[in-house]
Amino acid sequence: MSHDPTDAPALDQRVHFYQVGSFAVGNRLLNADDRTVQSSAQRTNSIDSGHRACQGCGEALGARYALDAAMRATNGRLLAVNATGCLEVFSTPYPETSWRIPWLHSLFGNAPAVATGVSAAMRVKGREDVRVVAQAGDGGTVDIGFGTLSGMFERNDDVLFICYDNEGYMNTGVQRSAATPPAARTATTDVVGDEPGNPFGQGKDLPRIAMAHDIPYVATATVADLHDLERKVERAMSLRGARYLHVFVPCPLGWGAASNETIHLARLAQSTGLFPVFEAERGVVTNVLPIRRWSPVEEYLTLQRRYAHLVGPRGRPDIVARLQAIADANVVRYGLLPDERNDGEDD
Amino acid sequence: MERPFAITLDVGSSRANHTGSWRVERPVYVDRLPPCNDACPAGENIQGWLYEAESGGYEAAWRVLVEDNPLPAIMGRVCFHPCETSCNRAQVDEAVGINAVERFLGDAAIEHGWSLPAPAPDTGRRVLVIGAGPAGLSATYHLRRLGHAVRLVDGAPRLGGMLRYGIPAYRLPRAVLDAEIARIVDLGVEVVVDHSVRDVEAERRDGAFDAVFLAVGAQIGRRVNIPAGDSAKVIDAVSFLHRVADDDPPMLGRRVVVYGGGDTALDAARTARRLGATEAVIVYRRNRDRMPAHAEEVEQALGEGVSVRWLATVDRFDGERLVIEKMRLNAEGFPESTGEFEELDTDALVLALGQDTDLSLLEGNANVEVRDGVVQVTPTMMTHERGVFAGGDAAPSDRTATVAVGHGKRAARGIDAYLRGATDAPRERHGVATVDRLNTWYYADAPRTRRPELERVRRQTNFEEVVGGLTEQNALFEARRCLSCGNCFECDNCFGVCPDNAVVKLGAGQRYEFNYDFCKGCGICVRECPCGAIEMVPERI
Repeated sequence: MSHDPTDAPALDQRVHFYQVGSFAVGNRLLNADDRTVQSSAQRTNSIDSGHRACQGCGEALGARYALDAAMRATNGRLLAVNATGCLEVFSTPYPETSWRIPWLHSLFGNAPAVATGVSAAMRVKGREDVRVVAQAGDGGTVDIGFGTLSGMFERNDDVLFICYDNEGYMNTGVQRSAATPPAARTATTDVVGDEPGNPFGQGKDLPRIAMAHDIPYVATATVADLHDLERKVERAMSLRGARYLHVFVPCPLGWGAASNETIHLARLAQSTGLFPVFEAERGVVTNVLPIRRWSPVEEYLTLQRRYAHLVGPRGRPDIVARLQAIADANVVRYGLLPDERNDGEDD
Repeated sequence: MERPFAITLDVGSSRANHTGSWRVERPVYVDRLPPCNDACPAGENIQGWLYEAESGGYEAAWRVLVEDNPLPAIMGRVCFHPCETSCNRAQVDEAVGINAVERFLGDAAIEHGWSLPAPAPDTGRRVLVIGAGPAGLSATYHLRRLGHAVRLVDGAPRLGGMLRYGIPAYRLPRAVLDAEIARIVDLGVEVVVDHSVRDVEAERRDGAFDAVFLAVGAQIGRRVNIPAGDSAKVIDAVSFLHRVADDDPPMLGRRVVVYGGGDTALDAARTARRLGATEAVIVYRRNRDRMPAHAEEVEQALGEGVSVRWLATVDRFDGERLVIEKMRLNAEGFPESTGEFEELDTDALVLALGQDTDLSLLEGNANVEVRDGVVQVTPTMMTHERGVFAGGDAAPSDRTATVAVGHGKRAARGIDAYLRGATDAPRERHGVATVDRLNTWYYADAPRTRRPELERVRRQTNFEEVVGGLTEQNALFEARRCLSCGNCFECDNCFGVCPDNAVVKLGAGQRYEFNYDFCKGCGICVRECPCGAIEMVPERI
């Protein structure tokens, strides 16, 4: 009888493999390489405490997850460019800053162009070991910065562009963006008429637009699956050229959700199929994150006041059905529910 | 300080901005009682020993286990494991096979000869333990550990009580029983067998004992008045099982009827099958749902060819034909006569209608209160006579071996407190970690490992153990299925999911703490804690 626990690495935690497999942030029985950056007390904490994001901000979380992973992948040789948006506003009320990495802000619409310039400058200086990340909210990405982003993609500039998608202009008062989902209420898409909230059939699916540029790498992720998100950042940093990462970050304020539901909502967005999580290289989908426990969209909608007009006794089941159809179409398009249910233990 | 136009802050880090002031509720780490620990009649720290077993520390696990229960190899076989019934994992996939892991640890201890913790220095106090069943053995162990001298007396020639004379060998092999008893006796116990105590008070006085623990069990099979011919072979199940254990089985014939619906009825019927009865029929007055026997044992008995006549009572027995009356349940679920009778060809009738306690030895103790056939006790197991404690089947209880082990421990603590002139206040218990407090999404799916069962045909004719043990690999897997309900197991989730980096990781075994300077009170850590070890409490404003 052996007294050794399998071939476990150094036991610096009390956690047990089968208890959480690879779903939780940490697990002592995972190989050191397979553990998350976030489980380490030595993580960069790229964005520091004291930032002015709302309680339960998904974007603050997503930014730390992505940048800390990029810091590990680049051995700390990283520079971040930021578009205007929540992330910029809550982290840098001038001249105070939450950033613990080199960080540059110019305008709302020019982050991709600035990042292109920084990347070119590094090349000229012979410092191509210093990598460049640009980041923006969905407004800075799909609307205001879209022109320069598309140009950055088209020129295949050596930048990882990360969009933190909270589906609207939140710090200015929750206005609609081209990433706001159908039927959602915002300050500019009121609950009036036959089709209350944001109209169907508009908006931009930016991951697919990015794929259409045939750039080296496009991926989506959520703050609910840290292992998946970190792996994608690492993969992106292993490549050169234009790369795009679209991270789903719930916004308690703008969505009218409880501040403790942030990760739960991101998980539901993925497990309903409303937000497909996948990765693509040179325009071809190479991998999808299968749905582990499927949920109907109603479960996701009920937790958010921006959809309050759709659910409950005076709700609109017809509109819920249309949203369900969108989720179902994603499930089919990306093959999110394989015939043999995958328990997710193979990642 | 002079600042430029429209600038209100100094140059510097945002750490100057203590966002903790936004908070109206604060997260706090808590420990809650896992439902398994809550349900264990022996008061085991199940989650505690599973934790040690999970990393392969089997001896350490066993040591945590025997803090409460000195008989893990026995209990890993005969306990009806209320821990598994209450296990939160049952609502995720299947309950953790706690009982099987307990048995694995118990067997490993016997195999490797691990010894029980040494007794404390002698206190000079002497305690008389009457009855060497599970309650008496448990009390003896705990009393010895506390440094008290123990004389353990039993009326039978060998120790074990109902474990030996009531539980058949196919459920509890005698080698296992002997090994675990010997380990307790090795702690330095004065053992007196074949000695029936007639008068507790006299025995206590003659031996100058400071306290007495009475654990005489319920050894008398209850009889009912069934008209039976002179030649009719009628025996009560307790005597029957006792004689089988003594290697002196009575001849019952080929067709045996057992009357009753408890675990003893099943033991008797399964034992009759092994002794050569071609038909072993249980007659029970209610239906299967209302049978007091444990479902697992019913399942095993049916698998061995035992049959059951539900909703029937025995009317009379002339030695060859047994007349039974069919019953039906009324609206309240009580059986009522139907007036329909049926005859069964029967060679012997075994009565398993419950057991009574022989308490004649207490006649000299006027203060001891006996009600409903059992001795009334306080929460520390003391009777109304000072210094006289009682437990096991002789006290009010569910009458299982595990309850008896728990009584033994409680009585030992009660006796110790009594001898020190202290009061043994009940320990404070944490609130139970119910399943609604868990975030089960984080637990990987891992179905339960089943213990192998002896092939049915083989077990009808011999007394080999029916249920096998787990291999080491399976035991490890099973232990690791524990969800750690209500107690932090350092998965780093709170540390990872805090948007404000307000969780401080203190290192292995040290858990975490909150940095309330920056915690905004969003509650994500509480929502995403797999095991429910964080709670929000209102901030005092």
